[in-house]
Amino acid sequence: MIVKRGLRSVLYALRTDARYASTRFTFVPEVAPDEYGPTTKLNLFQSINSAMDVALSTDKTAIIFGEDVAFGGVFRATINLQEKYGKDRVFNTPLCEQGIAGFGIGVAAAGSTAIAEIQFADYIFPAFDQLVNEAAKYRYRSGDQFDSGSLTVRSPYGAVGHGALYHSQSPEAYFAHTAGLKVVIPRGPIQAKGLLLSCIRDKNPCVFFEPKILYRSAVENVPSGDYTVPLGKADILRKGTDVTVVGYGTQIHVLKEVADMAQEKLGVSCEVIDLQTILPWDAQAVCESVVKTGRLLVSHEAPLTNGFASEIASYVQKECFLNLEAPIERVCGWDTPFPHSMEAFYLPDKWRCLDAVKRLSKY
Amino acid sequence: MRTSLRLIPSFYRGIQNVTNTCAVERCMRDAPVARLTHSRLFAHKVQEKEIPLEDKKLDDLIQKAEASPPPAIEPIDIDKPRFPGSRSEWTEKLEFLMPEAYPGIPVYRVMDRKGLIRDAAQEPKLDEPTLVKMYQKMTLLNYMDRILYESQRQGRISFYMTHFGEEGILIGSAAGLDDKDLAYVQYREAGVLMWRGFTLDQFMNQCYGNEEDLGKGKQMPVHYGSKELAFVTVSSPLATQMPQAVGSAYAYKRAQNGQIVICYFGDGAASEGDAHAAFNFSATLDCPIIFFCRNNGYAISTPTSQQFRGDGIASRGPGYGIPTIRVDGNDTLAIYNVTKAARDISLQQNRPVLIEAMTYRIGHHSTSDDSSAYRSVDEVKHWDKEDNPIARFRRYITQKGYWNDEKETQWKDQAKKQVMQAFQRAEHKKKPSPEELFNDVYDELPWHLQKQRKEMMDFVRSNPEHYPLKEHAKMGAA
Ligand SMILES: Cc1ncc(C[n+]2csc(CCOP(=O)(O)OP(=O)(O)O)c2C)c(N)n1
Ligand SMILES: [Mg+2]
Repeated sequence: MIVKRGLRSVLYALRTDARYASTRFTFVPEVAPDEYGPTTKLNLFQSINSAMDVALSTDKTAIIFGEDVAFGGVFRATINLQEKYGKDRVFNTPLCEQGIAGFGIGVAAAGSTAIAEIQFADYIFPAFDQLVNEAAKYRYRSGDQFDSGSLTVRSPYGAVGHGALYHSQSPEAYFAHTAGLKVVIPRGPIQAKGLLLSCIRDKNPCVFFEPKILYRSAVENVPSGDYTVPLGKADILRKGTDVTVVGYGTQIHVLKEVADMAQEKLGVSCEVIDLQTILPWDAQAVCESVVKTGRLLVSHEAPLTNGFASEIASYVQKECFLNLEAPIERVCGWDTPFPHSMEAFYLPDKWRCLDAVKRLSKY
Repeated sequence: MRTSLRLIPSFYRGIQNVTNTCAVERCMRDAPVARLTHSRLFAHKVQEKEIPLEDKKLDDLIQKAEASPPPAIEPIDIDKPRFPGSRSEWTEKLEFLMPEAYPGIPVYRVMDRKGLIRDAAQEPKLDEPTLVKMYQKMTLLNYMDRILYESQRQGRISFYMTHFGEEGILIGSAAGLDDKDLAYVQYREAGVLMWRGFTLDQFMNQCYGNEEDLGKGKQMPVHYGSKELAFVTVSSPLATQMPQAVGSAYAYKRAQNGQIVICYFGDGAASEGDAHAAFNFSATLDCPIIFFCRNNGYAISTPTSQQFRGDGIASRGPGYGIPTIRVDGNDTLAIYNVTKAARDISLQQNRPVLIEAMTYRIGHHSTSDDSSAYRSVDEVKHWDKEDNPIARFRRYITQKGYWNDEKETQWKDQAKKQVMQAFQRAEHKKKPSPEELFNDVYDELPWHLQKQRKEMMDFVRSNPEHYPLKEHAKMGAA
């Protein structure tokens, strides 16, 4: 009764993702700075794997754990690491997210480095108490006697084309509302490796959301060595003069395409900013850009109400009030759970974003 | 005052009789005199610190302390531990409970692997139509699984999960229940729904998320639900259904509706905190619920050896005060018997019951998984060939004279045809209209969702070329 598998691919579903991704946005590979050294062609899950490889080889206390990570994880991000570093450093936990987070905090509080995987961001909520009430407040409540700074929680997040309610969510705003945590989201392999290594080595607990749609579809020449990308700093991907466009993670690829279309169809020049770190976010970079352009669009997959775009918009309107030429636009997921069959109508796609750029420039 | 005074002599007697210091401390703690003294001391302290405290308040304080009724203290004649919540004896042996010292919990069975009844007294006296129906549902589920699994491979549906190897668990337990008993499930339990009469069209419509899906295209495939069939809609987050099932069981008990609740879950899900909450709540709140664990050896790639170190899930039952049984999950008759008996206990005694059905997940975890990355193909083949619930059940009904090769061929053709036809019908149906995405967030659309819905529809209307409108029912229909 075993159904023969027509295909070898471990995660067939992700092939569908790749097909889907190609209609939603185009991933344009970036080039790593020369000083980072020699590179290898890696996709996103491989670059994450490479970051953890570096972390384990440079820090003897570092361990990796979570559901199904021993055989490589359901998205293959931990593949071969158990073989390389042994079962006491890379191991499966029982199926319990609150356990994973609590265990990780304990590992960190005892002075070791904890790299925890939550299988999907949608399943991070049983760990919410441990992360929000414990990890985030460890230092503060103990007068800096104890901290959980060497804990990093990685988790795949975001839309994939068919994930529906519980395999698509973008829960970054819940964590961005929590003093004491750092929240980081990469857009591609080169940047992801450097950001993840920063998170692992940062002295504060970090939540690292990996855009799972990019695991296979995003391929770049990733530096093989050890390098970090600083936390709390935005990355200005494209210089522009008319509209500032802010996002992070997968949405960056949508926004880059929007910038191209805006130039082509509207003759509008967009400055594209990747926040990289959601908390603490780089308000300075965003405000400097808005002072220049006078117009701001923020876009994320997460729902509109109380999404991180709300924070950016209210901060910028106060700091740049006199520079603003148009009301700040937010293009986000609607205020509904993430639907299955209607996903195409839910997402803040390039057309909706382009329309917002149009509104901004014509205001 | 009087009552407390009267109790004092027995308090002293207690002290005289007791040699154990803990017990003395406990008596002291409970003694009214001791408390009174304490409250006076306390009041005195307050005055010392010169915190203004009206005399009247002080008197109140003392009076309250004196008036509080002391707990009844029985004379301690029998030398038994009296700690609350335990039923122990004393021991002078310093001995740990070693889990290894206990034999494994036995596995209840009715048939052996050849489909032969072991003990005639245990054979459920099911009539021919029931047994044939059970066999047909088990095999229909199997055909449906094969077709939907393949259809996912071909990219026709986005995802699927098979039940290979667990058909007996699902049909056997469903048959042992009342169809109106409320079922909370994990995701690998479509057989229960099939037993209750969910049609092939309904299954297929859900997997396609088309406009006739009862779930209105909101969820991924296999997230079935049917209010009519008392089957609560599947939710992906694991074990969340477990405490909910207990709450429903409590409500059912109060409603005295003659139904119980059954809650299915996997060996992996049992590690979640929600599982603990559910077991403990159900026992302390006396809830008529059956916890049905499908122990199929794996949670995706994680074998049970990395999931727990106790004797399966069953060993937890007694710890919570829950009657528990372990059963051969590939013996459909045994599953039927234990479910029926568990139902009787839970309904008559308002108690939870835990069933652990031992089986093996023959299929991959889901279409997103290739299990050859973490277990041997031979291991899988062994279970499929040597210990398959469908094959065993077929041997049994064949021996009974209720089934034969000719019936098998006929039924196979018929079942496959039914599955294929339903599949094609579902494939040709449209997806729900786009604005359906806004419905059922709340009972009514609040202002902001009305606004967003309009914004979405206006935008799509003016940019139709960018949206897959042809696949969906006409916009504005929902
Ligand atoms: C809270 C939560 N964490 C993780 C997952 C991802 N996940 C889906 S199924 C599964 C394994 C469940 O195994 P088990 O309970 O044994 O059920 P089986 O698949 O064997 O039927 C995991 C880890 C999830 N759905 N929900
Ligand atoms: Mg299992």
